[in-house]
Amino acid sequence: MKARSKNTIANLATVLALNTALCSAALAEDIKIGMVVTLSGPPAALGQQIVDGFQLALDQNGGKLGGETVSLIVEDDELKPDVALLKAKSLVERDEVDFVVGTVFSNTLQAIFKPVIQSDTFLISPNAGPSTFAGKNCNPNFFVTSYQNNQNAEVSGLIANEMGFENVVIVVPNYQAGRDNVAGYKQTFKGTVVDEVFTPLGHQDFSSELAKISTSDADALFTFMPGGMGVRLVKQFEASGLDESIKFTSVFTTDETTLPGQQDAAVGFLSAGSWAPDMKTEANLAFVSAFEETYGYVPGSFAAQSYDTANLIASALEKTGGDMGDKDAMRAALEAADFNSVRGSFSFSNNHYPVQDFHLLEVAKREDGKFWTTAKKTIVTDYADSFHSECKM
Amino acid sequence: MSLTLFLIQCLNGLQYGTLLFLIAAGLTLVFGVMGFINLAHGVQYMVGAYLVFAFQQLTGSFVAAVILSMAAALLLGLLLEHFVFRHLYGRDHLAQVLATFGIIIFLNELAKILFGPGTLTIEPPEFLAGSVQLTEQLRYPVYRFVTILAGLIVAVLLYITVTRTRVGMLIRAGATTPDMVSALGINVQKLFMIVFGVGAMLAGFAGVIAAPIFAIEPGMGDNILIIAFVVIIIGGVGSIRGAFLGALMVGLFDTVGRTLLIEGLEVVFPPSVSNQVGPALASMLVYILMAAVLVVRPQGLLPAKGAA
Repeated sequence: MKARSKNTIANLATVLALNTALCSAALAEDIKIGMVVTLSGPPAALGQQIVDGFQLALDQNGGKLGGETVSLIVEDDELKPDVALLKAKSLVERDEVDFVVGTVFSNTLQAIFKPVIQSDTFLISPNAGPSTFAGKNCNPNFFVTSYQNNQNAEVSGLIANEMGFENVVIVVPNYQAGRDNVAGYKQTFKGTVVDEVFTPLGHQDFSSELAKISTSDADALFTFMPGGMGVRLVKQFEASGLDESIKFTSVFTTDETTLPGQQDAAVGFLSAGSWAPDMKTEANLAFVSAFEETYGYVPGSFAAQSYDTANLIASALEKTGGDMGDKDAMRAALEAADFNSVRGSFSFSNNHYPVQDFHLLEVAKREDGKFWTTAKKTIVTDYADSFHSECKM
Repeated sequence: MSLTLFLIQCLNGLQYGTLLFLIAAGLTLVFGVMGFINLAHGVQYMVGAYLVFAFQQLTGSFVAAVILSMAAALLLGLLLEHFVFRHLYGRDHLAQVLATFGIIIFLNELAKILFGPGTLTIEPPEFLAGSVQLTEQLRYPVYRFVTILAGLIVAVLLYITVTRTRVGMLIRAGATTPDMVSALGINVQKLFMIVFGVGAMLAGFAGVIAAPIFAIEPGMGDNILIIAFVVIIIGGVGSIRGAFLGALMVGLFDTVGRTLLIEGLEVVFPPSVSNQVGPALASMLVYILMAAVLVVRPQGLLPAKGAA
């Protein structure tokens, strides 16, 4: 018994010593950034892009952002709100991070929002942009660097008007983001939505939906099928021959995360977005080539938005000299968005959601055999979301 | 709904049903004959899909990849039986569920480490790449017809094996009175190993033929396992005929019923209501069917009476 308690004390001492060593390695002066993204299950590819995009910005500056040494702590939320909550709490309470960057999906963002905001830590979303925090529940410590969820669908409606579609079928998964996309599309589309089809999340076989579409006399399909669902839908749509008579338009369905699976089947398919890897701004050309060289795959919007997030934090740290004590100064520096976005023009609206341009994107095959989206045409410029007027900031 | 659409949906239901049968057949044999709950059956379906992808990359031939994948799936099943399942036959169902659930997590993560988290696809072989024009706009890939045919062939072969051969007789006997069969000098352990290997190979085969239609991703077997359990409960546990009937019923009910239900609701309710209620109700359809069958015939529609 005695020997055991001695052992325990010795173990404790070792742990404490280790802890001190670790803490002093990451000096108190370091800026700590906690990241909560989905890194397991089928959507893991999206979270990985966000980690890679952020890490690239760090590596390009020798592990620093805005002249300050940064320690990055990455956590996997497993796409479960309760896990996300736990991870975010431990980041703000145990690790005492200065910024939390997250998440990929809106439901996990809603779970971590309160504890992060209440601890007076800055929360920056590199992807999820739910309407819930864009209107009257906007918050001074919350920023979104991607888009507001409805915007891409709204722009898709505008594209449909411009292309002269009269009858459109909408197919989306039956959950909140699917329904948001339907609402966004209908808000701007002037033609007739002949049918709305809701599939289960993670749907496998679209043959039944495709049969319905084929009998609907629509000229175009609008869909939102992220990840594996998008791969299956695109492959099956092409195999059914519908691509010859019906235009395939979508958001988050034919992007750099799904194209390696879809390949030739998706070439020529249209989508709406605020960024494409072929955009010719100087910052973007440098980003895309550096990213491909480092990670060996074509970055998608997730990586681009995350890279922008890192550079936004860098610009704010540089302005304030890395002083995390003065929250107001830091907030003002973030609001200024004084960084070189890979998307070109970028600023924050009063609700801290972006004001940016949106484009018509088309899938193309590159000369080296890889697939990517290309920006064909700018549809709207300096486009703010529809909820910002309800925000009292 | 027009007659054309109805017929197309029946075809889709038939195709979904035969695929479900391939998965459920192995599950019902292992569950019914050995009384063993194998949650890892779904992940063996996923393994089949990854195997055909990997062998296709290696050999460049779809046919060779299919044969190699089946052999590898059989081998994996035998290895799992030898190292894990064999030690669980005598244990209660909870121990079996825990162990096989562990295998799900392990193999899902392994697939992610080996092949990455992204979704992979594989093309059907050249000689099956054509399609049949169903309506002016809609084509039906020949490959989908082949999957229906494959399912039917497997069904007939399995049925003949279980009802007409010596091995099938031993399987049926081993399921009802394993002690007696053992006393007669038959190696029941070996018999169970064969059943398990064949079950694993069937799951793998389902994954192989599903791979070119559905995409390949980690966790793809998890949802289909639940539906496979629904199928064998409807058909009657341990019965091949039951699994076949159950699979076709679930396939048709899910595909045709989904369309009919939503169209029906649109007639009765305004679009705002039917849009909310329809999809939710449609997802429940097969479970409602299962509940109804359980009320009327708790033992399933075609239960195994010592015979499959």
